[in-house]
Amino acid sequence: MYIYADNAATTKMSQTAADTMVRCMQEYWGNPSSLYMTGQKAKEVLEQARTDVASVINAQPREIIFTSGGSEADNQAIRSAAAAGAKKGKKHIISTAFEHHAVLHTLKKLESEGFEVTLLPVHENGIVVPAELEAAIRPDTCLVTIMYANNEIGTIQPIRELGAICRKHGVLFHTDAVQAVGHLPIDVQTDNIDMMSASAHKFHGPKGCGFLYVKKGIVLTNLIEGGAQERGKRAGTENVPGIAAMAAALKEAAGSMQKNSAHQTALRDRLIEGLSNIPHSALNGDASMRLPGNVNFCFEGIEGESLLLLLDDRGISASSGSACTSGSLDPSHVLLAIGRVHDVAHGSLRLTLGEDATEEQVDYIIKNVAEVVEHLRGFSPVWRELKEGKRSYIL
Amino acid sequence: MALYSDKVFDHFRNPRNVGVIENADGVGEVGNTVCGDIMKMYIKIDDGRISDVKFETFGCGSAIASSSMATEMIKGKPLDEAMQLTNKAVAEALDGLPAHKLHCSVLAEEAIQAALIDYYTRKGLELPEELKKAAERAAKDEH
Ligand SMILES: Cc1ncc(COP(=O)(O)O)c(C=O)c1O
Repeated sequence: MYIYADNAATTKMSQTAADTMVRCMQEYWGNPSSLYMTGQKAKEVLEQARTDVASVINAQPREIIFTSGGSEADNQAIRSAAAAGAKKGKKHIISTAFEHHAVLHTLKKLESEGFEVTLLPVHENGIVVPAELEAAIRPDTCLVTIMYANNEIGTIQPIRELGAICRKHGVLFHTDAVQAVGHLPIDVQTDNIDMMSASAHKFHGPKGCGFLYVKKGIVLTNLIEGGAQERGKRAGTENVPGIAAMAAALKEAAGSMQKNSAHQTALRDRLIEGLSNIPHSALNGDASMRLPGNVNFCFEGIEGESLLLLLDDRGISASSGSACTSGSLDPSHVLLAIGRVHDVAHGSLRLTLGEDATEEQVDYIIKNVAEVVEHLRGFSPVWRELKEGKRSYIL
Repeated sequence: MALYSDKVFDHFRNPRNVGVIENADGVGEVGNTVCGDIMKMYIKIDDGRISDVKFETFGCGSAIASSSMATEMIKGKPLDEAMQLTNKAVAEALDGLPAHKLHCSVLAEEAIQAALIDYYTRKGLELPEELKKAAERAAKDEH
């Protein structure tokens, strides 16, 4: 059996998206900026994609800027708000401790440029408390950037409330919705969102393609200077095939969202229940306010990379927040932010189910994770000390 | 390119000398759960040779493979040879490790040295020159 359970890392392109992409490359290959027919046909495809994307999130087409993906959209949104803030002497930004690095590293850069950043706690359940946001807002706050749903533990933030607080205080509100778009119903109007990042490869579109929603009236700063594409805010000949494929994938995802969500949520809960039977394990993040396909556990006494490799041998693709998989000495900043100590954060496993996952697959995962955890604990000196009472259990 | 060499995968999937020696003559443990790797080595000494060696490891694929390979490389060897095992030799025997995983082979070398130091200390014997430096380094790490 082969089970791809790492849909938060990336998703397989849908057939419709792939077909759209190929058709664009073969038929609508002109430069959208060209005046002749071939160019104008590509331009039409591009603008249709913009309209389609906008309608899924209840935005206006001119409020959509196409980017190379989620990272670029995050960078541009934050840089733009910072530049506008700096002009008014407002150099304070509020975010959270468990944002994606596309956000956190941009904020770090801004700190070195004289900005002050407040990172809100995300608590044990991985959810921001709106009152804490309100308390953190200062007269010089120029931006609040809080992700819609976390990429590791899947927790969904109270975006509408957070957005309302920002509106009330006249502060720009950006949300990195890379994990949410195409999976959760998003309405930028009712959700009180000023700017929102999305990435196509998280909803069965192509990699290297994404968009930034920017509410009308907000001035963007360019990351890429050059031609006048994207209202002059993002230079470079547009990735028409990618953009068209992204729009096709998003329309498809939006069309079957309710059905997918119900299916995935049921399987997610089955998986959580099954893995909870493994002794000294714990679910990371809130059990219900989480993405439909996201399951994230810590298992005491083992390390995540070895767990992943052995699951790979059994046909299961998953991921972990252990230091060895992050390529640094520290385990996932997300797990540390929800209060998991290093000892157990190294033993984490993220399984993100796709829309086509089955009960049979979930049961196979449960059985195999249990076996592999037991195998690794069998020769773990940490597990021995725990068992012999020389070390106390954390989970 | 695969993450690890075939040798690493082989030792990771089928680790040699896994377990504990109940009446070991020397036990060495290195690493900590903060960094994410702990290795524990148990050795049995007969006639100046490592007659048996077992390990337990909490860690990633290369940490498990490094422990396994290191135990294979010292099993049956005279003490003066075993104490000269280097991390480089372990990594080479595994057909190489990715650069950011080399510390796993260092841990394996240190775990074996720690077990040997424990043996000499228990016996009340003076540490051989080769192990003195390792003992100093270990003492420093603890502070
Ligand atoms: C929450 C979040 N933000 C941003 C990104 C970056 O997106 P992209 O890979 O399209 O640059 C990702 C994807 O890894 C993500 O999960």
